[in-house]
Amino acid sequence: MNHFPMWKIALVAIVSLLGIAFAAPNMLSREQADHLPHWLQPVSLGLDLQGGSYLLLEVDTAYVVREQLTSLVESVRGTLRKEKIKYSDLGARGDQVNLRIIEAEDRAKARDLLRKIDQDAALEAKDDGSMVLKYSEQAVKARKTAAIEQSLEIVRRRIDELGTREPSIQRQGEDRIVVQLPGVKDPDRIKSLLGKTAKLTFHLLDDSTSADEAGKGRVPPGSMLLPSAEKERGMPESYVVRKRIEVGGDMLVDSKATYSEGRPVVSFRFNASGAKKFGDATRENAGKFLAIVLDEKVISAPRINEPILGGSGIISGSFSVQQAQDLSLLLRAGALPAPLQVLEERTVGPDLGADSIQAGAVASLLGLALVVVLMIIVYGSLGALADLAMVLNLVLLLASLSMLGATLTLPGIAGIVLTMGMAVDANVLIYERMREEQRNGRSIMSAIQAGYDRAFGTIFDAHVTTLVAAALLFQFGSGPIRGFAVTLTLGLLASLFTAVLVNRIMVVTWVRWRRLKTLPLY
Amino acid sequence: MRLIDRILPHGTKFDFIRYRWPAFCITAFLIIGSFTSIAVKGFNFGIDFAGGILLEAQSTTGPADLHTMRATLGHLGLGEVSLQEFGTTGRDVMIRVQRQEGDEKTQMAALSKVKASLGEGFTYRRVEIVGPKVGGELVRDGVLAVVLALAAIAMYVWFRFEWQFGVGALVSTFHDVITTFGLFSITGLEFNLTTVAAILTIAGYSVNDTVVEYDRVRENLRKYKSMPLYDLLNLAVNETLARTILTVSTVFVTVLALLFVGGEVLRGFSIAMLWGLIIGTFSSIYVAMPMLIYFNLRTGKAAEEIAAETAEGGPAAAP
Repeated sequence: MNHFPMWKIALVAIVSLLGIAFAAPNMLSREQADHLPHWLQPVSLGLDLQGGSYLLLEVDTAYVVREQLTSLVESVRGTLRKEKIKYSDLGARGDQVNLRIIEAEDRAKARDLLRKIDQDAALEAKDDGSMVLKYSEQAVKARKTAAIEQSLEIVRRRIDELGTREPSIQRQGEDRIVVQLPGVKDPDRIKSLLGKTAKLTFHLLDDSTSADEAGKGRVPPGSMLLPSAEKERGMPESYVVRKRIEVGGDMLVDSKATYSEGRPVVSFRFNASGAKKFGDATRENAGKFLAIVLDEKVISAPRINEPILGGSGIISGSFSVQQAQDLSLLLRAGALPAPLQVLEERTVGPDLGADSIQAGAVASLLGLALVVVLMIIVYGSLGALADLAMVLNLVLLLASLSMLGATLTLPGIAGIVLTMGMAVDANVLIYERMREEQRNGRSIMSAIQAGYDRAFGTIFDAHVTTLVAAALLFQFGSGPIRGFAVTLTLGLLASLFTAVLVNRIMVVTWVRWRRLKTLPLY
Repeated sequence: MRLIDRILPHGTKFDFIRYRWPAFCITAFLIIGSFTSIAVKGFNFGIDFAGGILLEAQSTTGPADLHTMRATLGHLGLGEVSLQEFGTTGRDVMIRVQRQEGDEKTQMAALSKVKASLGEGFTYRRVEIVGPKVGGELVRDGVLAVVLALAAIAMYVWFRFEWQFGVGALVSTFHDVITTFGLFSITGLEFNLTTVAAILTIAGYSVNDTVVEYDRVRENLRKYKSMPLYDLLNLAVNETLARTILTVSTVFVTVLALLFVGGEVLRGFSIAMLWGLIIGTFSSIYVAMPMLIYFNLRTGKAAEEIAAETAEGGPAAAP
């Protein structure tokens, strides 16, 4: 049919107008676009175009599981000691905790006590007094998931503290976090901040032995040998520290970098329960040494001169101003439940991004001009109509990218340029078909109808096969490649609309208006 | 004669199918050559797949002194470090450092070393580090994407046409993909994620081309019930020839635009596309079409006989 129902024409008009409206913000400058509502924004540029840093992080979930077992061992040790039950061979092996209760009469009692330590840890007791505590698979999985969620939150807080513009922090797959930082030129500081778990704990020093003795492998049970954070300035190389945590950094509410006696230090403040614990610990252990431990390294180990009851204090080490600032930032944001590792980093400087946009724009315009001219040379006025349809295709493509909040990348621009070449293919198929039908003796309107109808099947198949490739690219591609797949897909979908429906209305209208008797294909 | 008829001829009677054997030989040669090169020489993998470090450094103090830079970086003990000047000012240098033995942290440490040893006087326009873990995954995903795309495309063609067409589309697309791999292997062009994107685009484009011609074959099969298959295939190619020429031209000019003004990052992509355009068009006409001769496309006994005759003694069967 070469008569179009009103709804079709209305549809084309509405879609075209919407397309122009949504594509329009891309003509504005950044400042002007900021005044527009959030649903009417220009397409967001990928990091490869606007410059910035992309980091792929991995949460070390195995660490979390090990940590869980280690703390279980400590709980078991504490419980059994309190009840004066004798045990041996206590330790974490693989994914379980092993121990043996020596006295036969203690065994029933020990079983009851150990069962109560952790609901999720199943106890298995043998006749010879050996026992195994093991976490269920669900418990381990839940622990891992919680660790990843928490890591995500802490990473977000740390980056927010730095005041980066529009950072994006997302979970990817099982245990990964993607951090995208537009405008960041050198991610070294961010990497070093994210590379620290920042687990702060306060422990008593074990004064029953010396660090030298312990260094020879004679560490008393319940204690551990930790290196000091700074080796110079007369600090010992390492300390023997009780494993028991007096107070943990999770109870901190605030931390600031400040000065004490002219040197950069970090001040901290505990919440109510932390303040009480800290107060109790310092009152009971006056005269002893309290080690301040960050990520398994001792920052300092001052003597407790008097109870600290206010819940706030100062960490002094040999900090530079930057180090003190970073440490206070880390303490404010909280500790990561597990270490993070940077698997992949991609940073593009803003000037290279600008160059890429420039190159992409020039290539697009050149490609556009060449295709337009080629089509006009070959098909004359109908070629110009096909060009119009293609331009509308580009407008719709830009509009849908903007509307969907998709990201335009450099390969995405390549996708746009290719779309131009391929979009006119549909019109080439149609026009060739029309010529053929006309040669076979059809009247002009009949030839036009046959052209569109017969070519449609071919166009449809050709589009679907390319869409299949684009879909797989999206599924398996990453970053910029996904951007390419998105533009290719949207461009193909738009061309089904513009090259077939819109172009047809234009051609029919044109032929009627000029009262043509034969196709104006030169 | 009207202009359009000179540019885009109609009613041509070229005997494309006649040259199927030389074409098959070329195809076989290209495929074997590609496989051989891939097996013997392998690829020049970019850091996306091989892992490692890539820096695009720009000297802030006039042209970069590659000689000194090479000497400085060569002594860091980071293994293979390659430097390459690009651009027109002589200030831009692409530095590639091979993947370091060890885990992710070692890669980061190597980057710091490189930056420290080059010192001030350079700005870094691009820095990429890919650790060993991610590199392996990207290889797996890339292979998976290409294989699945080929399978999905063949399935679709089978579903829309007949199984014979599915096989033809699969073989010709496979040919395009393999020879593009071969091109990258032989020329030593850097093989990276964008190359995979280009290969999938080529697969999509090539099958697009094939589908257009198959569509015409299917139509002609219905229209000319008794035409020998040999002539019918030739007719289909000739009938779609004008379209082929024009579409190749429009895509060709856009790819040329990308190649010459699209910038350094897209160069590999553009070269792959250019190759794919040529080889994809060739394979649609000379691989996908003549293959159909060897399948029995018509159902019904009479048709079968005609098809058999054609395959044996058509106007220009191979010697």
